[in-house]
Order: sequence, then structure tokens, then C-alpha cells
Amino acid sequence: MQLRRVVVTGLGMLSPVGGNLEESWKNLLAGKSGISKIEHFDTTDYTVKIAGLVKNFDPEQWGIARKDERKMDTFIQYGIAAGIMAINDSGLEITEKNADRIGTMIGSGIGGLTLIEKNINGLAARGPHGISPFFVPSTIINMVSGQLSIMKGLRGPNLSTVTACATGTHAIGLSARLVAFGDADVMICGGAEKASTPMGIGGFAAMKALSHRNDDPEAASRPWDKDRDGFVLGDGSGVLVLEEYEHAKARGAKIYAELVGFGMSGDAYHMTATPETGEGAARSILHALKDANVKPEQVNYINAHGTSTHVGDLSELRAAKSIFGDAPKNCCMSSTKSMTGHLLGAAGAIEAVITVMSVKDQICPPTINLQNPEDEVGDFNLVPNVAQKHDIEYALSNNFGFGGTNGSLLFKRVD
Amino acid sequence: MSNDIKDIEERVKKIIVDMLGVQPEDVVPEASFVDDLGADSLDTVELVMALEEEFETDIPDEEAEKINTVKAAIDYITEHQN
Repeated sequence: MQLRRVVVTGLGMLSPVGGNLEESWKNLLAGKSGISKIEHFDTTDYTVKIAGLVKNFDPEQWGIARKDERKMDTFIQYGIAAGIMAINDSGLEITEKNADRIGTMIGSGIGGLTLIEKNINGLAARGPHGISPFFVPSTIINMVSGQLSIMKGLRGPNLSTVTACATGTHAIGLSARLVAFGDADVMICGGAEKASTPMGIGGFAAMKALSHRNDDPEAASRPWDKDRDGFVLGDGSGVLVLEEYEHAKARGAKIYAELVGFGMSGDAYHMTATPETGEGAARSILHALKDANVKPEQVNYINAHGTSTHVGDLSELRAAKSIFGDAPKNCCMSSTKSMTGHLLGAAGAIEAVITVMSVKDQICPPTINLQNPEDEVGDFNLVPNVAQKHDIEYALSNNFGFGGTNGSLLFKRVD
Repeated sequence: MSNDIKDIEERVKKIIVDMLGVQPEDVVPEASFVDDLGADSLDTVELVMALEEEFETDIPDEEAEKINTVKAAIDYITEHQN
């Protein structure tokens, strides 16, 4: 079977560093942190009081009517916003003729925590009568795809992935497969998350997974730095328009990059920890390279999972070194989570957007707060603190999730 | 007494305007939530919940099913206050 080529023709992003792609990208290249104090609930009793928050979000701007806001958890609204941005950016017109061939796959790691909490409070206060009829459809994960498909009339595949922090990566990789296999000509795909709620912050804090650097939020996410003390939760959404190459050419679409490789693997190791060798991550990367028939030395930029946890950062570094060498000459790796925080199910999606932008603009955003790198980093270029111009032909984006689930995407420059 | 009824009417109308996203002038007594004000079946269930919360009352399901118009809502609340 001849597989079809898949290109990126639209991007949308809503993140702690910006309300749209342009602002986010500008701030990422400038090395600005989007981490701040949590002010939307009382954090007095919480050990963690910081997160990467979306600022000044207006659902109405993205076509969500006031009366419909309470029918969609915030993560769904974020996903719709990034989805609309990406569709508008692609210039794609959805018509009666092509709607059956356009699908959507936008996932989330956790789903609608805000409204789950609200309805549990309703249950506690008033009994079952206190549960909203919208509780279920306003909180379940596939409703980003569901709502976007209703709003934009997308009648192709309509589904979502749920693989913790690899959700966005898998949604994009699997969407590319659907386009390559001919199930759809266009897929609107990515991830959305809003977990900075009492249960979300409290839950990850209970695992001792989060940074406690409450007095210096902008310095809290510091991948590969010796003084890192956990990840910082982030909110937002990233969406890509993936399109079959000939389809994109025929309508004269601008093409950002080609998605040439997708790899997945399982650690089969532990609920939440990655093996210290980075063995599972390495297999995911190798599968993406093999999928594209690309050699390690052809890869020029890696957007790392790099969450700022003790074990995770080092195991990923070991995985990268095992494939690309101890100090690869033409390849660098950075973690933009140092600026955005960790968007869980949306991480792989915003980072795919960022990786595509790196390929398009030939520049690698930095890893900020990297003052005292781990000794093991050695001469591996982690783009410390300042963006670097690079000749980028191939760029990789990695994300790894709880349950030992890994995903890697490989993008290629389009000349 | 008439002031109380006026007050109930205003509060019920405000809830309907907020929940269904309609214009206040469209919320006339005979307006049907589904046929005239664009509500679906889930909207009407939630509307009844909002009335329960606003007027601190419990509306049994068999009664709730009959609250299909603005007038029916105002009448039910008026009859069941105190």
C-alpha cells in the first residue's frame, strides 16, 4: 500500500507564554517564562502555589457563546480556541463537498477537572439532584473534538487520544497515519489541558512531582539544572492542521513542514517513573527515525520532553546520547517546558507547534534557567538560556507519559 | 403580595436570560423554552436546577417535567414559596 505524504498547513497555540501562536513564539525565542502565582483559587494550604496559566482568555473571541461556556470545561474551550486558530491559519474552507474528508483528534491528559470538582461539590451539598445534566458532556475528554466538529462542521474521523503527557504527540502521530492511510484528507489534531485546579495541583503535589519554588515562579522550571525540584503544571492547548500533500498543493496552501516520522513505545516498567537508562524513550525516537528512513546524524533539533524532574531529565538525556552521541555536532536539544511549564496532554501538541516553527524559522528556542547543568550533560548542546540559529532539516519532538507511554514526531523542512 | 410576585417574576426571567442566552424582551409568559427560546432537553433540566438553587427549593422530577414555559416556571415558584 502506497502511503500518502502528510504536511502541516495550520498552527494554533494558546499557552502560558501567549494567547496566540505569534505571541507565544516571540516570547519563547526571547526566553521568557510564563510561570506565575496561582490566584484563581486559595492556595494557602497547598505546598505548590505556582503554575503556567493562560492569561486573559475570552471564549467569545473563539465563537463560544456565553450560554455555552458552562457546558464546556475550560480545557475544551482552550482546545476550541487553538483549533479555530489553526483552521483559520490554514486558510482551509470547510464545505459541503470536503467536510466528510476532514476530521479531528484532540486529546487531553486529564479532562474536565474544574467541572468535575464543581459537580462533586454539588453532589455533596444537594445530593444527586445537585449534579448538572451537562456534567458528563462538559468534562469528558473527547468533547474537544466533539465540540469543534459541531462548530466547524467536520464530518470525518472524530476521536481523541488519552495517554497522559504523551497525549498530544500521539494525537498528532495517529492523525498523520489517518491522513497517510486515506481515512481523511485533513486532520485537525493536538491536545488541550486545564489541570491547574485544586485537585490537579493537589494531586500532582501529593506525588511530590511538582516544584516548590513558590517564591521565584519564573525560575521554577529548570530542566537539566542541578537545582531543579520537579515540574510546573501548565495550562493551554496546541493544534495542528495536518493535510495530505497533494490536497495542500492543489489549494495553494502554505506548508510549514512535512511530518515524516512517528514512533511509539512502552516502558513496561513503572506507573510514573521512566527507566533510568532512558531505554523506552530511545526506542520511541528510533521508531520515528526508522519510520522516516532518517539517520540520527540528519536530525538538527530535538524539542525534549524535559520536564524538570530528577529522574526524567537524566533518562531522556541518556536516551538522546545513546542515539545521537555524547556531543553531537549538528544537533541541539532544548526543553521549552522551562518557559511554558508542563501542559500534560497538551504538551506534545504545543511542542509539535514549536518544533514546526523551529523548522520553519531555522532557530531553536532555549532551555531557560539552565545555570548549573548536571555533570552528565557534558558537551551536549541544550541551548542554555538563549535561542540559537541553526540549519534545521529534521527536528524531533518527544513526549513521555505516566503508564510508560512514549511518543516521538519527526518533522522535515519544506524547501 | 403583588410585590413578591413581581420579584419572583424578575428573578425567574433573569435566570432564563442568563441560562439560555436570550434577550429579556423574548422572555414573555407564553414563551416555550424549547420551541421559542432555543433550549434543548439538557438546558431545561439545568434551568430547573438553577430555579431550585435561586429559590432554595426542591422541585420533584414529575413537576419539573411540566415546567416548559416561562409562565409555568413563575407559577410553580409562586405557588411553592413559603
